Amino acid sequence: MGRFHLHADGTEHHHDHEHHEHHHDDGDHAHTHDVGDHSGYVETGTVRVDILENLLSENDRVADGNGYALDAAGVRAVNLMSSPGAGKTTLLKRTLNHIGGSVRIGILEGDIATSLDADELEGAGATAISVVNTSAGFGGECHLDAVMVRSGLSRLPLGDLELVIIENVGNLVCPAEFRVGEHAKAMVYAITEGEEKPFKYPVMFRAAEVVVVNKIDLLPHLDFDLDKFLSNLRDVNPGAHVIQASARTGQGVDEWCSWLTG
Amino acid sequence: MHELSICDAIVDSTRQRADGRRVTQVTVRIGHLRQVVPDALQFGWEILTDTTELKGCELVIEQVPATVACRECHVETTLDMPILCCSACGSFEVTLLTGEEFLLVSMDLAEVGA
Repeated sequence: MGRFHLHADGTEHHHDHEHHEHHHDDGDHAHTHDVGDHSGYVETGTVRVDILENLLSENDRVADGNGYALDAAGVRAVNLMSSPGAGKTTLLKRTLNHIGGSVRIGILEGDIATSLDADELEGAGATAISVVNTSAGFGGECHLDAVMVRSGLSRLPLGDLELVIIENVGNLVCPAEFRVGEHAKAMVYAITEGEEKPFKYPVMFRAAEVVVVNKIDLLPHLDFDLDKFLSNLRDVNPGAHVIQASARTGQGVDEWCSWLTG
Repeated sequence: MHELSICDAIVDSTRQRADGRRVTQVTVRIGHLRQVVPDALQFGWEILTDTTELKGCELVIEQVPATVACRECHVETTLDMPILCCSACGSFEVTLLTGEEFLLVSMDLAEVGA
């Protein structure tokens, strides 16, 4: 690999041509070493340095660190994602009411601003809640990244917990690209969103191990074609575990909680 | 708009590696199955590099189509939609060959003759 096949700096650069076995994959970067003024700092061409590293490798390194910290504490972490308003917070509230008494759950709340979701969950049965406002970063990030989650986790008593649920920022695009150190990704999809969404947001639908099909109690009142949605979902993510649920009525919450604590 | 965050990561990584040397071009490779908009990436790159020594450095985005190999008819096809099925026979028994690339491929450093 040509990584750091570099000249340390201009002054130490000797012009012997053996030194120039760079990784030129194309002819666009012809060298002109035999011409020009070699007495000064003259740009004589370009050196291509191969990198071949994931674009988000720094994020992934931090995500791995989060994963180790969670494993060391024996805590399972689930990254919960959805579009805004699909019902993540309501489902979480149900979840806490349902199993918060028997499972020690920490919630990591990602929000662009405010702690409204965390306030909503207050008293519902979580052992601990940590809020991460993404506006502290880059003017209001549309997702949680590994660094934000590391900061959020540091404010949770991991040693006292069995499960951490990371409620990501409501967004079907960006959160799917960022690993945060979770053991599994889950998504909440509401049937009010339309059947075609798996095709429009394939990265998210493909990333999710489980898809909670929420607001299923509204089915009689909508023109929503459930079979068509399920078929679209299968096209994009054949292995997804589907749970039909209503965070409002409690339907499917048992199955969701079983998967969650799996 | 996570393209801005991705750009931020590319800028950081490039500056770290370049360590003060002038970079003329950065090449990234992104598969079609990634939800990244090349124009938004270019736009983010211009904004984020403008106030750094990377100003003027070109961002080259290599886009890779999504291709699958069918385990039933053994044909390799390119996908138009993010549906993992064989375009030749319609089977879902396919292996993804390309399309998920998300790489910082290389950077071109200006060579300085002494």
